[in-house]
Amino acid sequence: MMGEMNMALNGMEIYKMLPKKNCKECGFPTCLAFAMKLAQGGTQAEKCPYMSDEAKGKLAEATAPPMRTVTFGAGERTYSLGGETVLFRHEKTFVNRPRFAVMFDDAENADEVAKKINHINSVNYTRISEEMYVEIAAFRCSSQDKQKFISLIKKVTSECKKVVPMIISEDPDIASAAAEEFAALGPIIYGANEQNCEAMVGIAKKHNLLLGVKAENQAKLYDTVQKIQNMGYKELLLDAGGRSLKNAFDDAVNIRRTALLSKDRTFGYPTVTFVCDMAQDKMMEVAMATLFVEKYASIIVLSDMDYSMALPLFALRQNIYTDPQRPMRIEQGIYKIGQADESSPLLVTVDFALTYFIVSGEVERSKVPSWILIPDAGGYSVLTAWASGKLNAKSIAKAIKDFEVEGKLKTRELIIPGKVAVLKSDIEDELPGWKVIVGTREAASLPAFLKDYRQKSAS
Amino acid sequence: MAYKKPSQKFSGKIREVTVGSGLKLGGESVLPFYKFDGDTGAKPAVGMEIWDVFPESWPQSLKDIFGPYADDPVKWAKFCVEKYNPDFICIKFEGANPEGDDRSPEDCARIAERLAGEVPVPLVIAGCDSDEKNAKVFTKVAEALPDKNYVFLSAIEANYKEIGAACGMAYGNIVSAESSVDLNLAKQLNILITQLGVKPEKMVMNPGCAAVGYGFEYVVTTMDRIKLAALDQNDSTLQMPIISPVSFETWKAKEAIATEEDMPEWGGQEERGIAMEVSTAAGVLAAGSNAVILRHPKSVEVIRKFIDELL
Ligand code: SF4
Repeated sequence: MMGEMNMALNGMEIYKMLPKKNCKECGFPTCLAFAMKLAQGGTQAEKCPYMSDEAKGKLAEATAPPMRTVTFGAGERTYSLGGETVLFRHEKTFVNRPRFAVMFDDAENADEVAKKINHINSVNYTRISEEMYVEIAAFRCSSQDKQKFISLIKKVTSECKKVVPMIISEDPDIASAAAEEFAALGPIIYGANEQNCEAMVGIAKKHNLLLGVKAENQAKLYDTVQKIQNMGYKELLLDAGGRSLKNAFDDAVNIRRTALLSKDRTFGYPTVTFVCDMAQDKMMEVAMATLFVEKYASIIVLSDMDYSMALPLFALRQNIYTDPQRPMRIEQGIYKIGQADESSPLLVTVDFALTYFIVSGEVERSKVPSWILIPDAGGYSVLTAWASGKLNAKSIAKAIKDFEVEGKLKTRELIIPGKVAVLKSDIEDELPGWKVIVGTREAASLPAFLKDYRQKSAS
Repeated sequence: MAYKKPSQKFSGKIREVTVGSGLKLGGESVLPFYKFDGDTGAKPAVGMEIWDVFPESWPQSLKDIFGPYADDPVKWAKFCVEKYNPDFICIKFEGANPEGDDRSPEDCARIAERLAGEVPVPLVIAGCDSDEKNAKVFTKVAEALPDKNYVFLSAIEANYKEIGAACGMAYGNIVSAESSVDLNLAKQLNILITQLGVKPEKMVMNPGCAAVGYGFEYVVTTMDRIKLAALDQNDSTLQMPIISPVSFETWKAKEAIATEEDMPEWGGQEERGIAMEVSTAAGVLAAGSNAVILRHPKSVEVIRKFIDELL
C-alpha cells in the first residue's frame, strides 16, 4: 500500500483527452490501448503526435514525480534535495541525502562565530570515498541591521570556502540585499510567509534561488504554498513551524506523507528543520538530528558541528542513503592500519564495507600496526564471498600480485579469516614462499590474536 | 483546496510484554513515535549495562565514573539505580567467557540472585561471546530466579532450544531472540522458539544492532520491515517488542575508543563515545526499538529526554 507510484490519472481519463483517431502512429492499435499503457507509465505522451498542448500539459502534471527535486548552491557546490519516491528505503532507495547547516546569528559574539568557523573548517574528512563537510551556513538576522548581517555572511563565506549560505530573514528588504550580494553562491532564501510571499518570490525568481517557506502550522503552510505555486514558483523548501521535537517530527512525517501517500504535490517539496532551536545541549542535537536523518528532513540546521557531532551524523547519513540494492563495497587494495612497516602483520579480508570497517576497527583496537589486504570478493561478507566462489586462493593471490605486496612488505605470512580456514593449502599452492596463518572466526577476537601473533613473531 | 492531514491506521499491534513486575514494553499500534496516528504504547525503556567483572576494556572516562563501584556488580547496579534511575539493569556476564575468567554458571547465578535481591529494577541478563557457555549460564540463572520475568539476552539459532526450554518454559522468564539484520531470520527464530512452547508474551527480540556508520542501514531497514509486517500485515510472529543492546556495539567503534593521542583532530574521546551512543540509540528508537541498553550516564539522560519530548 505504501510508496506505489499511483498516477493521478487513470487510463479512461487519459483516453478522454486523446484525439481518438485510432491512427496507430503511436505504435498501439487504438487510442484506448495507448491510454491504458500510458496510465501504467509504459509509454510516453510524446508518442502521439496529435495530442493537444493542453492535454500534454495535464499529462505531464499528472505523471510528474510526487516530490520535486530542487537545487541550491553553485558550480561544484550544487546540491539536490527532495525527489524521494518512497517512505522507507527498502521499498526502493532514498536518493538525495539531507544536508547539514550550522546556524550563525548576527547578534552572536565574535568568539562564538570564530569557534564555529574553526569547527566548520576542521570537520572535513573522507569516509568510504565520500567527502564529509558542512554544506550550509545559515544566517539569522536578529539585529535587523542589513550591513551587520551582510558583513557576517561575508566573513563566514570567505573563511569557510565550502559553505553555501542560507539567508534567513522575513524582511524582503534585508533578504533582497543579501540575495543580491551573494547571488553567485546560489544561496537559499528562507523567510517567505503568508504576508511577504509576493516580495520574497520576486527575490527568489530574480536570482533563481531556492525559497524557504514558513508558516505557523501544516494547514497554514499548505495555504501559503498554494498561493506561491499560483505565482508560478516551485523551487521551495518547507517549514511548518514546529519548534518542539514532537511538533517538528509531526511536520516532517506528515509533509512527506502528504506528498507520497496522499499524492498531493502541494507538499511535494523538501523540508528544513531547526534542531538548533529545539535542543539546549549538543548531545540532544545529535539525537534529534539522527531522528531527522532517518525521517524526513532535507536540511538539518544545527547550532555547531564539531567532530563529536560529525562522526556519528555523517556516518549515519552515509548508511541511510546507501542504495539497498547495492552492497557497499570498499576499494580493493592494501590498507595501512597504524604505523605499520614492512615487517608488520598482514591480514586479508573482503571488500564488503561493513566487514572491512569491523575488521579494521578491531585491528586498530589491538594497537598492533598491521596491513589489511582487500581482494576482489564481490562486495560480500566473508562466508558469502567464499560460498559464491568470489573469495578464493586465486583472488587472494591476484591481490598480492596486483598490489605489489611482495615488493612493499618483507613478511611472507598472510593471516586469513578463521571462517575460511579451508583455503589455507590452496593459497599456499598459489603463492610459493608464503605461509598462511588461520586467524580468528570473529573480528572481536582479533586484538588478542594479533598481540599474541606479534609476540610469537618477535621471539 | 484545504489541507487534509494524512494518517496510517494499522490492524496489527506490537504485543505488550511485562518485564519484572511492572516494566511494560511494546503495545503500540503505530510506527515509532507517530503519536499523531494513534496509540504509541508503552514508553520505550532505557537500561544501563553493568558487568560481573571489572570492565578493564572500557574507555577511561567510563572507568572514572563506574570504577569505584565496579569491583562488585551489586554495588555497581545500586550506584546506577540511585544516581541515574534507569528502567532496568543489564548485567552482562563477560566474566563467563571460557577464553577469559571462565566464571562458572553457578557463580553467575549467585551474582544474579544477589542483584535480584538488592536492586529495585528488573534485570536483563546478557552473556559473553560463547553461545555454548551462555546456554549453561542462562539455564542456571533462570533456575535461581524463577518466574521473575527477567529478560535473557539472547537466544540464537545455535542455542535457542536450551535457552527457550529453561528460561522461557521451565523457569518462567523472558527469552530474547537474536538474529542478524534479516527479517526472515528473525521471523524463523521467533517461530522456532514459540514452537518449543515459549509463549509469545514471554518473548522479545533483538533483530541485530550495529553502531551508526557500521552497517546501521541494515539495522534500520530490518526494523522498518519488521514493524511494517507486524502492524500493516498483522504478522503475529513479528509482533514481539524489540530490545537493542546499543552500548555493546557503540563502545567498540573506533570513534569511541580512539584516544586523543591516536586522533588529535577528533577532539575529546568521552564526547565522541557519548555521541556515538546517543546517535545509535536515537536511530534504533526512531526505527522501532522498544528498549535500549546504554553505558554512559549522559547518554541515559539525553535519550530519556529525547523519548519524553517525542511522546
Ligand atoms: S497516435 Fe494518438 S491518435 Fe493515433 S492511435 Fe495513437 S493515441 Fe490515437
